[in-house]
Amino acid sequence: MSLLRPAATLVVGFTLILGLAVPAAFTQLAGALAPTRAGGSLIEREGRVIGSALIGQNFAEDRYFHPRPSATSATGPEDSSKTVDAPYNAAAGAASQRGPSSQVLADAVQERVAEAGSAPVPADAVTSSGSGLDPDISPENAARQVARVARARGLSEERVRTILAENTAAPILGFFGAPRVNVLRLNLALDAAR
Amino acid sequence: MTLIGWAQISLVLALIVAAAVPLGRYIAAVADGRVAWLRPVEALLYRAGGIDPSRGQDWKGYALAMLAANAAGFLLLFAILRLQGVLPLNPQGVSGMSSWLAFNTAVSFVTNTNWQAYSGEVAASYLSQMAGLAVQNFLSGSTGIALALAVTRAFARGGVRELGNFWADFTRATLYVLLPLALVLGTAFVALGIPQTFAGYVTATTLEGTEQVIPLGPAAFQIAIKHLGTNGGGFFGVNSVHPFEGPDAIATALQIWGQTVIPFALALTFGHMVGDIRQGRALLAVMVGFVVAATAAIYAAEAAGNPLLTALGVDPSMGNMEGKDIRFGLPLIALFSATTTGVSCGAVNAMFDSFMPLGGMVPMFLIQLGEVLPGGVGSGLYGMLVFALLAVFVAGLMVGRTPEYLGKKVQAREIKLAMLAVLVLPATILGFTAVSLVLPMAASSIQDAGPHGLSEMLYAYTSAAGNNGSAFGGLTADTPWLNTTLGIAMLLGRFAYVVPVMAIAGSLAAKAKAPSSAGTFPTHGPLFAGLLAGVILILGGLQFLPSLFLGPIAEHFTLLAGKTF
Repeated sequence: MSLLRPAATLVVGFTLILGLAVPAAFTQLAGALAPTRAGGSLIEREGRVIGSALIGQNFAEDRYFHPRPSATSATGPEDSSKTVDAPYNAAAGAASQRGPSSQVLADAVQERVAEAGSAPVPADAVTSSGSGLDPDISPENAARQVARVARARGLSEERVRTILAENTAAPILGFFGAPRVNVLRLNLALDAAR
Repeated sequence: MTLIGWAQISLVLALIVAAAVPLGRYIAAVADGRVAWLRPVEALLYRAGGIDPSRGQDWKGYALAMLAANAAGFLLLFAILRLQGVLPLNPQGVSGMSSWLAFNTAVSFVTNTNWQAYSGEVAASYLSQMAGLAVQNFLSGSTGIALALAVTRAFARGGVRELGNFWADFTRATLYVLLPLALVLGTAFVALGIPQTFAGYVTATTLEGTEQVIPLGPAAFQIAIKHLGTNGGGFFGVNSVHPFEGPDAIATALQIWGQTVIPFALALTFGHMVGDIRQGRALLAVMVGFVVAATAAIYAAEAAGNPLLTALGVDPSMGNMEGKDIRFGLPLIALFSATTTGVSCGAVNAMFDSFMPLGGMVPMFLIQLGEVLPGGVGSGLYGMLVFALLAVFVAGLMVGRTPEYLGKKVQAREIKLAMLAVLVLPATILGFTAVSLVLPMAASSIQDAGPHGLSEMLYAYTSAAGNNGSAFGGLTADTPWLNTTLGIAMLLGRFAYVVPVMAIAGSLAAKAKAPSSAGTFPTHGPLFAGLLAGVILILGGLQFLPSLFLGPIAEHFTLLAGKTF
């Protein structure tokens, strides 16, 4: 009995403070001070949400730069007990979780390398990301796609390369992280360059 | 490995140690009740709970209070998870968890493990995340801090029975340590792009005209405490590799800072409270040394790339990129992975299952060493002190003197209890893994064939018993067998460990503090630090070596020989 009251009081009290009051106030404040960031960095075009700057999306058409392979899946449209491949399904981010000596991994990579053209292929172009939603590709991967995109759009390679350079981010402060190209932002810039 | 890479690692580590110095002093002040800027809230909680914060408890009273608070937390969380379907703040209409999954999840968050057999954006409502899971992120962290303070007092005091008041330590650690840090870190996370909103998921129409459902939620604040409390349970299923949970390299560096700073600081708090800061520094030095070595090992393993894929025409210069996003870069992935398993956090910013065999073995080994390098919030310090007792015992055997640690004679009772605690981990991990590898209903959860499959199962029980929570994610964990046995492993790893430790504390507190003499073995110099590191490696590691040979080491050599499974 002497344990019940303090235990219940502290657990309930802290749930009210740390679980409701503080996060509710914090959410209000975040929404007021940084509405875009707190709201998921959504990008709108012509009044419609076309994605989030942080979340990768699938591109298959030749006129767009393509993202990395994604291992996300979705429930089957006909049989909900089965899953089907659904790259960049942001509702359920996922990785392949394949081990380094997995035959399944080796087969998948071999297939992608065959599609990717001349070897050696940048690793990010043929391996699936950790989130399945990687918004970025490496500058090397992007450079290999310039010719295809330029041809499909009827733009000069020079022009596409300039737009690519403008959308290539160096490591933060020239130091932290890896150089990268945000695929959605790059493709938006290409669409705007028409 | 590159120079820039090591510069990133060194800078983040330096920032952690720089912050741990004042924080260690501050936590010592909190422990003494000298910090009071939220006194009205504190006093209100004490009054409502009928708590007298100045009344000391002996080790049994302290441990029982801790168990009662954790039991209450478990019951409330279990109820929320089961009932989330009918509770408010559920814009996606998520239904209640099954009882197996709710048991596993509630145990997981109460024991500071944060093993996740569910995926947050699919199976947890905003209320469950915010008022259920995040609250336990705070409370399991402050439970750890409270226990560490109690054990520390056993060394600081002499000839007493009381180790402090659990309710007061628990309340103060929450209000004065975890809450302010979570607010600061959460604010930084919002600025970096981690969502914090009650709005439901957004449906976007992509440039190619398909629909994409983008999950949102009150994530930033919860992610802050997820790291500070060394909990590690992601708001989103793929944890800190999710672009909303780890939006860029700065965010990931801040998360490394957040998950490591309190465990480092507590080593120094120990030094302050026992009145000899050098004692704390010696423990910290051992912790930092292991973190650096582990980071180097992971970095080296991952940076070389996967030779099987290189043979297929993949450029190895980016390293092993399967299961990794681009933005963090390998150095911060290596440091994140070493600290998250060194501190029993268990958050990940890359998928361990797809690490190279040795790159994935290092995180597993760090957990098996007992989660003391530097270990979880609080649990790391008291785990480290158990090893310190064993180290002085070994030293005492070598020179034939009664071992002492900080003026306390270490005798048969303490060593028996310490061995009892140290044996919990191998017995739980190896026992459950062995059974699960031969039991068809358990083994069917394994994804990968060959030695990697063994690694997946071994990692699961290692993570659960070590209260870490990271995973080799290929394993299908949401089954009745795994939910139940992993839940039991988490309970054993937390409570079967801490009760003998509290008994040691009670026994040591009662002993008089002997003044040090010329014959005292100094426990603050490099000799002791080396001995402590050796005891951790041998005692903590040797028991797991055979299983590591069957899993990751076997895979390493078969992989080098070009074999796939």
